[in-house]
Amino acid sequence: MDNNNNQPLLRLEHIGKEYYGNRVLSDISFEINPGEIIGLVGENGAGKSTLLNILFGNSVIHSTGGYDGNIYLDEKLVHFTTPHQALAAGIGMVHQEFSLIPGFSATENILLNREVLNGSLMSYVFSERVSTLDRSEMHKRALTAINTLGVNISPDMLVNEMPVGYKQFIEIAREIDRKNTRILFLDEPTAVLTESEAEILLSALKKLARSGIAIIFISHRLSEIKELCSRILVLRDGKLITDQKSEDLTLRQIASLMVGRESLRKEEKLIEDIPEQPVEIGDINETLDLGQKPKKKKKKKPALKVEHLWVDMPGETVRDVSFEVMRGEIFGIGGLAGHGKLGIPNGIMGLYPAGGKVRLFGKRLTLNRPRVALNRKMAFVSEDRRGVGLLLDEPLDWNITFTAMQNQGRFLLGIPYIFQVRNEFAMAKEAQKFIDALGIKCTGTSQKAGELSGGNQQKVCLAKAFVLQPDILLICEPTRGIDIGAKTLVLDTLKEYNKEHGTTIIITSSELEELRSVCNRVAIVDEGRIAGVLPASSSAEDFGMLMMGQNSNFVGGEEVNTNEKEGENIA
Amino acid sequence: MIGKFIKSAGWPRIIIAAFLLGLFIAAPFVGVNIYTSFNNTLVRFGMNGIMVLAMIPMVQAGCGLNFGLPLGIIAGLLGATLSIELNTQILEWLVKFGTQYKYLSFLSQEFVTAYRQPIGFASAIIIAIPIAAVLGWFYGKLLNRVKGDEMMIATYVGFSSVSFMCIAWLLLPYKHPTMVWGYAGRGLRTTISVEGYWLRILNDALAIDVNEHLRIPTGMLIFFAVTAVIVWIFMRTKTGTALTAVGSNPEFARASGVNVDRMRTISVVMSTILGAVGIIVYEQSFGFIQLYMGPFYMALPAVASILLGGASVNKASILNVIIGTFLFQGILTMTPSVFNSVFQTDMSEVIRLIVSNGMILYALTRKVRA
Repeated sequence: MDNNNNQPLLRLEHIGKEYYGNRVLSDISFEINPGEIIGLVGENGAGKSTLLNILFGNSVIHSTGGYDGNIYLDEKLVHFTTPHQALAAGIGMVHQEFSLIPGFSATENILLNREVLNGSLMSYVFSERVSTLDRSEMHKRALTAINTLGVNISPDMLVNEMPVGYKQFIEIAREIDRKNTRILFLDEPTAVLTESEAEILLSALKKLARSGIAIIFISHRLSEIKELCSRILVLRDGKLITDQKSEDLTLRQIASLMVGRESLRKEEKLIEDIPEQPVEIGDINETLDLGQKPKKKKKKKPALKVEHLWVDMPGETVRDVSFEVMRGEIFGIGGLAGHGKLGIPNGIMGLYPAGGKVRLFGKRLTLNRPRVALNRKMAFVSEDRRGVGLLLDEPLDWNITFTAMQNQGRFLLGIPYIFQVRNEFAMAKEAQKFIDALGIKCTGTSQKAGELSGGNQQKVCLAKAFVLQPDILLICEPTRGIDIGAKTLVLDTLKEYNKEHGTTIIITSSELEELRSVCNRVAIVDEGRIAGVLPASSSAEDFGMLMMGQNSNFVGGEEVNTNEKEGENIA
Repeated sequence: MIGKFIKSAGWPRIIIAAFLLGLFIAAPFVGVNIYTSFNNTLVRFGMNGIMVLAMIPMVQAGCGLNFGLPLGIIAGLLGATLSIELNTQILEWLVKFGTQYKYLSFLSQEFVTAYRQPIGFASAIIIAIPIAAVLGWFYGKLLNRVKGDEMMIATYVGFSSVSFMCIAWLLLPYKHPTMVWGYAGRGLRTTISVEGYWLRILNDALAIDVNEHLRIPTGMLIFFAVTAVIVWIFMRTKTGTALTAVGSNPEFARASGVNVDRMRTISVVMSTILGAVGIIVYEQSFGFIQLYMGPFYMALPAVASILLGGASVNKASILNVIIGTFLFQGILTMTPSVFNSVFQTDMSEVIRLIVSNGMILYALTRKVRA
């Protein structure tokens, strides 16, 4: 393509997108020149995937009412309604999930549907569908594509026998084998790669860019973005916040742009009574005192101590996590989706295979046994409300009292261990108590849980946990999928409960602002490990840096794990 | 009002009930005695009720419909045949106990002889229950390994256990002359009469003769009612509640500290035991113990009945059992007599197959949860 240098390859004008009245993207405008690498960063839900879906003509976009604004390719207006059109126009996409056929070799995957064919009488008479494949030519082409990437993978290797890193390379090789590919979208290609593999990939991408292919690169690893990309676009809440040369931005700046300055100020007002405190070794207890509202018990013993916990939860693997939660504290666990923050509470409660040491008030907790965890006065509110949290087909009083009935023998009539019948009167009474206290909107205790709205279902889940009268309450995603009014109510309920009963609460949430407004301290999980534990008053930038896996080069290189050890010694 | 009733009762029940009512109305005009018809319906209701009841625990625990009911029936058949085989010995033992232990002294020779039949019936049930419990335990363990495909596997468990027992009935060392093949002196016959042992023991207990055609089998109905109440109470115990929660949402139950597999096994054991008791009640009224291929198709009418009563694949109640059994058995009794009088052909079997298989098909396609 003979573009002159002034003409951008791809130009976006005021791109916007609404899903069912919910605006996810607004007014995105930027352009890409041939051979340029652009880094696209943003938190979960900032709109990165939606933007890519629009550019790639994904059918989701079209079936939900299309998008606003215009896209120009080579200064010609284009409007893709299917990925096929985008592919034909020279746009390639490497997905986060591998779209490879496991039983096929690398060659077959790279050249899928673009196989080199041998002409024959059969194919002349019928169609190309019956022609045979030119294996040796295919082999050659696959090898060329692989070599372009600068890796050493045999084209005959079967995909299901490859390490994940190789699969990623095959995906990219497939896109560059397409003769007309001029723009390549990469959605977190390095997420599954080891560091050395990632380096190879980055240099391969640079090489590709030199040959004139424009690349849009999405990653949560900011240092990678900074190293690779010439320009960085930051998305937040569906808006394009910045479009700058990467030399002009520091990692800290990127992080703070992502997390958002305005919301930061708002939060600082909320917690202004807490003095700004630099993160220092050994001030865990101090930090704790800062936000500790409940009674001035001089208890410095941890309520929960986790050492080298691993949890095998699909999609949320926890690799090696150690932290402490003090008595009466509200402790937050944050981090990006898929990095294992949800695995921690699920593992402690025994819902997924886990290992390591968990101590509850100094006593070792047997893992992998939900019943044991419940008997040790822990209560759990699952992130999967409809899947794990509720009995959708059963009435509310069942939902609220069932766990207490099975584990604490309450709401039963008769002789324990011999013959006990459920006391429906007591169940309904208890349920009614919580319906009133939490303001659950329902027709009565016999209404089915599945008929309630999301916010009210969440309150039922909380009631279920409160009925257990727990010492430690583990809550996952307390505000997921509920409206703003219910959000505040749920968070206030938690705060109040903590204040009144001195219950230790551990909240896991993807929404950092929410954690910072409720918790005393917040731990950030990154790739199955704790990147750091910060007091809620720390700046949004610090949290942003931790989330992006930049823990080693901030606050004077202080490892937060050493913080923990110090805290333990003092305790 | 009417719309609400239709919604709560469900169209299938309304259609079948209307059809059944129509049959009852038509009966006198085609020369079928309505009392006889009603009598047959009641008797069949009592005979089949407990086997339909056997569906409840497994449905509630999320194991689906118990297509493996033949397994429980086999346990019942073993209990029934053993009670006849060992009848004399059991009576002797009882008399011996009576002389040995003071508080059992009412077990005199006269007492035992007088109550020979009820004792025989009770011994059949008492022998059948532990056999059913053991078989049910293994069956439950098997079903825990095939979560999601319970009904398919259950069907094959039922079929294969019947085939296995076809061999066993021949080889088991039964000796009693009324039960073994006359020419060989060993191997059980296909049909064994319970006459002289416990024929119609429940039907005749407290029976009320309304007229020469209608005789209400009170004892059998009471026996069904008592069993139903036991199941009803069991479903309200702590275990029963946990079992229901497992069926409703196994993940919820697990997160609440319930041992899901154990609850499922308990439900399967319950179901198998009820199947065993059910077949013995059936036999005492029917008059014969049917071995070999007898239990083969016993699951289908029971499954169809409870579905007809309004149960779904994962929710069932005692009311579903009562309504369903009555409607299903009603159709079964009425169609042959009425249709045969009208059309002069035997349509009953066709109607029975359409209703039972149609009901199963209808319920399975309406399975809500994935």
